[in-house]
Amino acid sequence: MRVVLAEDLFLLRDGLVRMLEAFSFEILAAVESGPELTRALSELTPDVAIVDVRLPPSHTDEGLQCALAARRARPGLPVLVLSQHVEQLYARELLADGTGGVGYLLKDRVFDAEQFIDAVRRVAGGGTAMDPQVIQQLLARRERDRPLGMLTPREREVMELMAQGRSNTAIAERLVVTERAVAKHTSNIFAKLGLPVSDDDNRRVLAVLAHLDRG
Amino acid sequence: MAASKARDAFSAGVRGLALAPIALVGSLLLFILSVVAIALIPAGVGVFTLPWALRGVRAHAERRTNLALRWSGVRIPPPRPAAPARPGLAGPFLRCAALLRDGATWRALRWLLADMTAGFLTAILPAVLLLYVVYGWAIALGAWRPLAGAGGVWFLFVHVTDRASGYAAAALGTAICVLGVFVGPALLRGHFRLTRALLAPSREIELERRVDRLTETRHDAVDASAAELRRIERDLHDGAQARLVAMGMDLGVVEALIEKDPQQARRLVATARAASAEALTELRDLVRGIHPPVLAERGLPDAVRALALRLPVPTEVTVDVPHGARAEAPVESAAYFAVSELLTNAVKHAGADRLWVDVSYARGALRVLVGDNGGGGAKAGAGGGLSGVERRLGTFDGVLAVSSPVGGPTVVTMEIPCALS
Repeated sequence: MRVVLAEDLFLLRDGLVRMLEAFSFEILAAVESGPELTRALSELTPDVAIVDVRLPPSHTDEGLQCALAARRARPGLPVLVLSQHVEQLYARELLADGTGGVGYLLKDRVFDAEQFIDAVRRVAGGGTAMDPQVIQQLLARRERDRPLGMLTPREREVMELMAQGRSNTAIAERLVVTERAVAKHTSNIFAKLGLPVSDDDNRRVLAVLAHLDRG
Repeated sequence: MAASKARDAFSAGVRGLALAPIALVGSLLLFILSVVAIALIPAGVGVFTLPWALRGVRAHAERRTNLALRWSGVRIPPPRPAAPARPGLAGPFLRCAALLRDGATWRALRWLLADMTAGFLTAILPAVLLLYVVYGWAIALGAWRPLAGAGGVWFLFVHVTDRASGYAAAALGTAICVLGVFVGPALLRGHFRLTRALLAPSREIELERRVDRLTETRHDAVDASAAELRRIERDLHDGAQARLVAMGMDLGVVEALIEKDPQQARRLVATARAASAEALTELRDLVRGIHPPVLAERGLPDAVRALALRLPVPTEVTVDVPHGARAEAPVESAAYFAVSELLTNAVKHAGADRLWVDVSYARGALRVLVGDNGGGGAKAGAGGGLSGVERRLGTFDGVLAVSSPVGGPTVVTMEIPCALS
């Protein structure tokens, strides 16, 4: 799988390159600024771009803007955005076009190499990988809403993982239950939240997020 | 165009007519009262009558100040608040001495003199000029006949003795009226400008006041930043730093145990990793408390939007600021933390189920409104949670106004003068 990487901190960039190579990714380019990233994304055809939100020269949200622009030029281009902090505002902007193939994670998530690589693969495959922190913010905000209150604790766990973008198989593995049990939970959740049932992983996530967002 | 000019001239005339007796009679009476009061000071009576007379002068000037702004858009800075009455036997004497030392007292007396003369003229002229047309035509259309018998009459420099000179008077009256249409409003404005020139505190006094205010806000700013530094130091010391130390200790033990007891070592590595995650979270929160990331990256409007998304109560944000324009970082930061504090207050105390924030920029000032539909009863001023916000804004000459009737809704308005780039 071919990757374009943009990160301005040398240590982190170097670490990411080595980690990705260890999991047999091919690094097409590892750049350190916004303009370089834009050039790399227009000239190369990566399977996924991993981008730091804050990049030189402006040191503002240049990385995010470059990624969004690249996705406008090439809809569905898989982009995984990394950040020192996660904000719902940015998560919404990434999810806004509804085409999937986006991820938004805290930089610390690289501590758990396997989960991180799993997220990269998921995004490259057109799925989503939302940081648990974003989901928790959303959930905390909807705490008082009745539909969420109606979920059992186990169903809430399943929903959190689903909102992050995980498939039923992955959820079953995480919670150490059978896939059939997860399928039963998800259909209960969909019924309680009044969401249309869907098998497509990406649409599933968008439906959950859209529901959490409402009101 | 012509109609609006005539309307302006007419209203200037009417307003001038209303002002003229106040200027003449009011100022004359108050001047006499004040001078008599001052003259009576050696006799002792003046000590009690002077404050009373000056209170009248103050009210007189205040009424004129209001009219200046309403009628001609002339802004006259308000005088310094009067010295408070002091208790005790010496109180009236001290107060009287303070009044006599105060430049404002003598400025007011000087103004009264000018107001009953030049002020009266500039007030009455807009009406008089307009009325010349009536007078001129009255003469031309018949009044000249009886007047001619008595040796004629002077209409300005025209000696009216027959029909022809009567028409000349009418023509002259019309010309003066036309002149009045053009200069009337300017005359009235001149009247208020005169008031401002004589009554407004001198530049020196203005500067003195400004220095006082700056000294005060600088103290606040220094105190606030010192407290902020102490907080950051303490947070780092007790939080992230302590966790890193614990992590280092865990790793040290791991090093020793890794061969003897791999099971235990693995558990310690897990603890160390958890500690590093917690240290990161703490550092992140600390950064958010110093300079929130979205504010640094996007500026105030998006930072407020991001803030709204984190609140447990639905919050609507509207923005009317040129896209991409940024205020200076310290101003943005002050505005952001003020909004943050107000929203937190609203969530905690107002019992509201809907909040809204409106960010706009106009006339060289950033204006932020924070409102909620809760129970109201919030108070500005000393001691309250709002005084901290007020001080924070004061450093930038910003102001805060609260409207919070019991029963709600509450609207807090902030205004910070600044430039956008």
